[in-house]
Amino acid sequence: MIRYLLRRAWQSALTLLLSTVVVFLGVRALPGDPALALAGEDRSPEALEAIRHHYGLDQPLPLQFAQYVERAVQGDFGVSIRTGTPVSSMLTTALPVTAELSVLAILIAAVLGVGAGVLAAVRRGHPAEWLANGLALVGLSVPHFWLGLLAILYLSVATGLFPASGFVPLLQDPVDNLHHIVLPAVILGTGLAAIIMRQTRSAMLDSLSSDYVRTAKAKGLRPRAVITRHALRNSLIVVVTIVGLQLGGLISGAVVTEQIFGLPGFGKMTIDAVFQRDYPVIQAVVLLTAMAYIVINFFVDLLYSVIDPRIRVTGDPA
Amino acid sequence: MTTVESPGAASSVLGAPVLEIRDLSVSFTTEGGTVSAVDRVSLDLAPGEIVGMVGESGCGKSVTAMSIAGLLPSSARISGSVRLRGTELVGTRESVLRRVRGKEIAYIFQEPMTSLNPVLTVGRQIGEVLQVHERMSRPAARARAVELLSLVGIPSASKRVDNYPHQLSGGMRQRVMIAMAVACGPKVLVADEPTTALDVTVQAGILQVLRDLRDRLGTTILIITHDLGVIADVADRVVVMYAGRVVERAQVTDLFAHPLHRYTAGLLSASPTPGKHAGTARLQEIPGLVPVLSSQPDACTFADRCPAADSQCRESAPPLEVVGTGGALAAKDHLAACWHPCPAPRTQPQETDL
Ligand SMILES: Nc1ncnc2c1ncn2[C@@H]1O[C@H](COP(=O)(O)OP(=O)(O)OP(=O)(O)O)[C@@H](O)[C@H]1O
Ligand code: SF4
Ligand SMILES: [Mg+2]
Repeated sequence: MIRYLLRRAWQSALTLLLSTVVVFLGVRALPGDPALALAGEDRSPEALEAIRHHYGLDQPLPLQFAQYVERAVQGDFGVSIRTGTPVSSMLTTALPVTAELSVLAILIAAVLGVGAGVLAAVRRGHPAEWLANGLALVGLSVPHFWLGLLAILYLSVATGLFPASGFVPLLQDPVDNLHHIVLPAVILGTGLAAIIMRQTRSAMLDSLSSDYVRTAKAKGLRPRAVITRHALRNSLIVVVTIVGLQLGGLISGAVVTEQIFGLPGFGKMTIDAVFQRDYPVIQAVVLLTAMAYIVINFFVDLLYSVIDPRIRVTGDPA
Repeated sequence: MTTVESPGAASSVLGAPVLEIRDLSVSFTTEGGTVSAVDRVSLDLAPGEIVGMVGESGCGKSVTAMSIAGLLPSSARISGSVRLRGTELVGTRESVLRRVRGKEIAYIFQEPMTSLNPVLTVGRQIGEVLQVHERMSRPAARARAVELLSLVGIPSASKRVDNYPHQLSGGMRQRVMIAMAVACGPKVLVADEPTTALDVTVQAGILQVLRDLRDRLGTTILIITHDLGVIADVADRVVVMYAGRVVERAQVTDLFAHPLHRYTAGLLSASPTPGKHAGTARLQEIPGLVPVLSSQPDACTFADRCPAADSQCRESAPPLEVVGTGGALAAKDHLAACWHPCPAPRTQPQETDL
């Protein structure tokens, strides 16, 4: 297990380094001279030269990269060209919003998806199955932004049940915070919930007809123990794998959802930076997104090995 | 003294039967129509007896076995009676059946790999039965699991108890299945092809474990197999099934010495003598296939493949009864469902014993 973890950690670190290089070069390859963008009104050669020198743009690329990495490791991603705010402080306010939104969305999706999936598999032909399938269809076929707009229209504007936009930090007022973030989290979670529900259902149907479930029944276990301890635990292996693959989609979904609900999160920060050609911010944002993918994958693998002992012990997927 | 009135009778020396199966019939409703899988099977199991059930693939062995403790899917229609020491099990409530399963009647299945849950330790899977039926705490159940593992011959059981199934060999896994099955000291153990997936040397070990269980705990065992070698090795009595019916039932020695039903004779024609090692012979191919029946005809279902079939065979179903065969009189507990039983003992020397 330890060896497996070390190996995965090493792989993750390598991936992270590679993505840093790609992001760094990618931003350098964007059309347009950043010095020009930075210079504003004064575009004299001397001023440009001074700017290049100030930002280290006159140094050879490898050296620039080393400096960039050195600063980034210390949490220094430079300063926003537009606002002059350090990128790192923009991130400290934006990241918690997105993290909360995503974690909540995943939780909601997991509870709804697994619950409905199990129900649909166990109660075949029951109204619950129809309901679950209907929800799954909606979740999969209706895009986030449309669901979000509908939700704002009916649940916020028309009835005032939820605030239509805005955000209150968790630490400042937890109740108000939840009130603001629950609706976006549900909207963000629907697609994932639908995917989880479908995967859970089909995996459960498989395990319910398996030999080990027959054994469990022959032992005289109650249906609840047969379903949860035996069938569901095995189904979760499949579900976690599929969900892991879908989490990337969640990140881009978060960008859209934040925009719709006016949440001051990472997604909104990204969109603003792109529209304003705010290079230091873009660079930090892309890097952090890559990092998020890597970290999420690492945890999915970890979870996977917790559920499936065949991986835990041998260190290789069976 | 025929035994037609008590159609399933176990040999009388062994006392009142633990399990009485009477006229058990099972059919399935499928998309392609009705499948009649088991037809009026009767069988008694006496305490401490090992009964073998043999027959080609699809002749209803597993369905019979599963119906004993009500383990068939809901698409199965079951009639007849299964009594566990007098208590009727067919049509009984699930909650009652749950107390029987694993506690009074336990099962071992063919594939020890897929029949064990891959994500739970073997100790947990054995302990589960004890927690449910004996109300043991989890630590107590685990401690008992270690004892059970050594009982079925697993070395360093205290370490193995925390293993997952994939860390064990096929034979070990089957021993785990047995440990799990005997955890609560069941009256009846149903072993559905327990050795089919294992190689010969491992097979012999598993059969030895089953024999030990009978000798030490007095467990009654119904062992299902394709393999007449296994029957010869462990069983006291044998039941031959064909197309959902019992076609012959006898003491193992009698059956091997003098098969009466034409189907049994076909099975035996290339198989070992009693006592010969398990796994040395499989069922010999008899031309043709076991029919899948939508209803049970009033005829011998083997007629299409039988060299001795005549119009009587095709027009009425032969009853399972003691049949006279010319000179050699069959034993009183040797029954066959055949209009024209095989005339002569298969092996000459044994005739002088009679
Ligand atoms: N759930 C089911 N639905 C429909 N038909 C079934 C079902 N289970 C068994 N059958 C049918 O019942 C018949 C008897 O099957 P069974 O499994 O008892 O055979 P078997 O003697 O155990 O064969 P094998 O040696 O291959 O295990 C077969 O024709 C099979 O197709
Ligand atoms: S009853 Fe007739 S067809 Fe059936 S096995 Fe006997 S001889 Fe053959
Ligand atoms: Mg079978």
